[in-house]
Amino acid sequence: MSAPLPAPSHTARTSGAAFILKKAAISALVALLLFSLMIGVRTEAGPEGNLIYWTRFGELASIVAIVFGGSIIIELLRQWIGPVGAERLVPAWLRNLMDFAGRWLAPAMLLFAFLVPVIFYDQRYILDLSILVLTYVMLGWGLNVVVGLAGLLDLGYVAFYAVGAYSYALLAQSGIPYPTFIAEAPFISVDFLQLGNWAFWVLLPVSGLLAALWGVLLGFPVLRLRGDYLAIVTLAFGEIIRLVLINWQSLTGGPNGVTGIPRPTFFGIPLTPADDGLAAKLGIEFSPTHRIVFLFYIILALALLTNWVTIRLRRLPIGRAWEALREDEVACRALGINITATKLTAFATGAMFGGFAGAFFATRQGFISPESFTFQESALVLAIVVLGGMGSQLGVVLAAVAMIGGFELFRGLDQYRMLVFGFAMVLLMIWRPRGLIGHRAPTVFLEKNQTISSDLVKEGHG
Amino acid sequence: MSEKILTVDRLSMRFGGIVAVNELSFAAERRRITALIGPNGAGKTTVFNCITGFYKPTSGAIRLTHDDGAAFALERLNDFRISKQAKVARTFQNIRLFPGMTALENLMVAQHNALMRASGLTFLGLIGAPSWREAEQRAIDLSTLWLKRVGLLERADEAAGNLPYGDQRRLEIARAMCTEPALLCLDEPAAGLNARESGALSELLLSIRGEHGTSILLIEHDMSVVMEISDHVVVMDYGVKIAEGTPQHVRDDPKVIAAYLGADEQEAITVMESGS
Repeated sequence: MSAPLPAPSHTARTSGAAFILKKAAISALVALLLFSLMIGVRTEAGPEGNLIYWTRFGELASIVAIVFGGSIIIELLRQWIGPVGAERLVPAWLRNLMDFAGRWLAPAMLLFAFLVPVIFYDQRYILDLSILVLTYVMLGWGLNVVVGLAGLLDLGYVAFYAVGAYSYALLAQSGIPYPTFIAEAPFISVDFLQLGNWAFWVLLPVSGLLAALWGVLLGFPVLRLRGDYLAIVTLAFGEIIRLVLINWQSLTGGPNGVTGIPRPTFFGIPLTPADDGLAAKLGIEFSPTHRIVFLFYIILALALLTNWVTIRLRRLPIGRAWEALREDEVACRALGINITATKLTAFATGAMFGGFAGAFFATRQGFISPESFTFQESALVLAIVVLGGMGSQLGVVLAAVAMIGGFELFRGLDQYRMLVFGFAMVLLMIWRPRGLIGHRAPTVFLEKNQTISSDLVKEGHG
Repeated sequence: MSEKILTVDRLSMRFGGIVAVNELSFAAERRRITALIGPNGAGKTTVFNCITGFYKPTSGAIRLTHDDGAAFALERLNDFRISKQAKVARTFQNIRLFPGMTALENLMVAQHNALMRASGLTFLGLIGAPSWREAEQRAIDLSTLWLKRVGLLERADEAAGNLPYGDQRRLEIARAMCTEPALLCLDEPAAGLNARESGALSELLLSIRGEHGTSILLIEHDMSVVMEISDHVVVMDYGVKIAEGTPQHVRDDPKVIAAYLGADEQEAITVMESGS
């Protein structure tokens, strides 16, 4: 004896008109609520400073109607096409092409990077833009050590960038202080070693080391924090550095910044039109582009150094410990790994690369002020790392090109630029929630080097 | 040289008002398998966490003595030093591998401290010094050896998170062994394994004891494993030791039977015997 089965329902597969209309009505209602104040009422300051406003219900109605109609169209399209897998959307030949491109992308990009100054020699704008992109690639690679490998969320990375920039700027102007002994009372006095034309090359490693030192100083108190708490404290640290730079006027010049920062020299030979300049020595005509090209190759070399060191470190025990820390901190402790030291080295390594980039930034600009080191920079670099795929070196490059280059590409849209940008990021996060390159390459293998799916790799919890 | 590798002396652990472990004393002998059993909530894992440094005991002493006579007061060592210096390795009740790293990488991470020394705290490794390369190759060889012993050699390059459950259990034991421990602490290694897999596990543990001479301390619920491989069994209930001795002796102890299955001794005896 069995009860009659309920009639099979069709609503699960093809929803009826009622469902579509209901969905469209809800969307329209949300749009009405959102836009009633944003578009429905327009306010402006009147001639005597009083508030005048008028209503724009016509525009509001048309927007709501567009949302209503658009929602119906999208729902109809969805039912018409049905669920589509990646196999149907991307044909096989295209996927093969993408695999092929994937293998040759990194070498091709490297070759292209070397040739940029040759190809675009006359286009100052493109050269400047490439230098900017490379600076962010380097910052991204540096932060990737902290966030991508060790899984420590650092929202104040710009602090180390600032430490590097100010270390270079201030030490290049004053010279390197060293103690000397004098005959009278305190018997000790500070003298300054002037570096002249070698300022950049001597102070570049110094800036990196000072930034690393600050990384360790920050690291000691905060590394017992995890996840969100670590993020908040690093965010605060970034702000503290910026506020100190603004307020310590006697040292940093406060909001006026530091001007007249020495330009880099070709290993001691300045790139100036003077008689002892590089152009005069080589017997060629001076052009300001020489310096731009030179700066380009400096940042390219610095970025490649960052990349090379990171790749090497990943295959060393310290790099593996960073990744293990991201995967499971408790297991690391059980294996006798000193968590604090491991986290500190990750922080210091990331900070050091940030410091190098900062010194480069200072020498390129010739002028720095605290305004260059706002939270927005930290957020941008972090976005590059996350969009690229945490821990992926190539992903960082692609993301930096897309974020910085793409941002310039949409300059024509002026105020809607951020809108396009945000929209693109939302789309990317829907399609590739683990970043452009989400999978992980093993650091050592016996037989076959197979990549590890992003589903298994953890993001780390600080 | 002491025959006891581990001596736990009046160990107590309190969490607020709750006494998880109360004045527990026992010893584990060198090159023997000691099992710590007891009903759920008896405080076995708490004892483990005290021994391996995850908890600081409220009172009591835990002494570990190496073959060469070096002694360590585990209750005073900091977490990672227990593994690094005192050479105590452990596995976890809920497996804690590095899921996004390959099986081989998991074993390489376990050799972190030896490799850090060999890589000259990274600097020798960064320039690719020959001494570092040799050390790395030796580490890969040791990992390969252990992968072979736990039967995972052909899955060496697969992500640990992708391995079947039983393989993950064995990989975790291999990873602990790669730290070259004096004492291996296993927290329910047979949990979730089928009869064939737990049989293989017993063989593996016996070979670790026999061929490597590693002492093993074991928490286990699977009585067939405990009875088959243990040399010495310590039974806990409500944070105190209620019995101790050979598996045979413990199995016949009425207090143990009562602890496991309440007062109904006859029923308990049936269950205990079915496990042996």
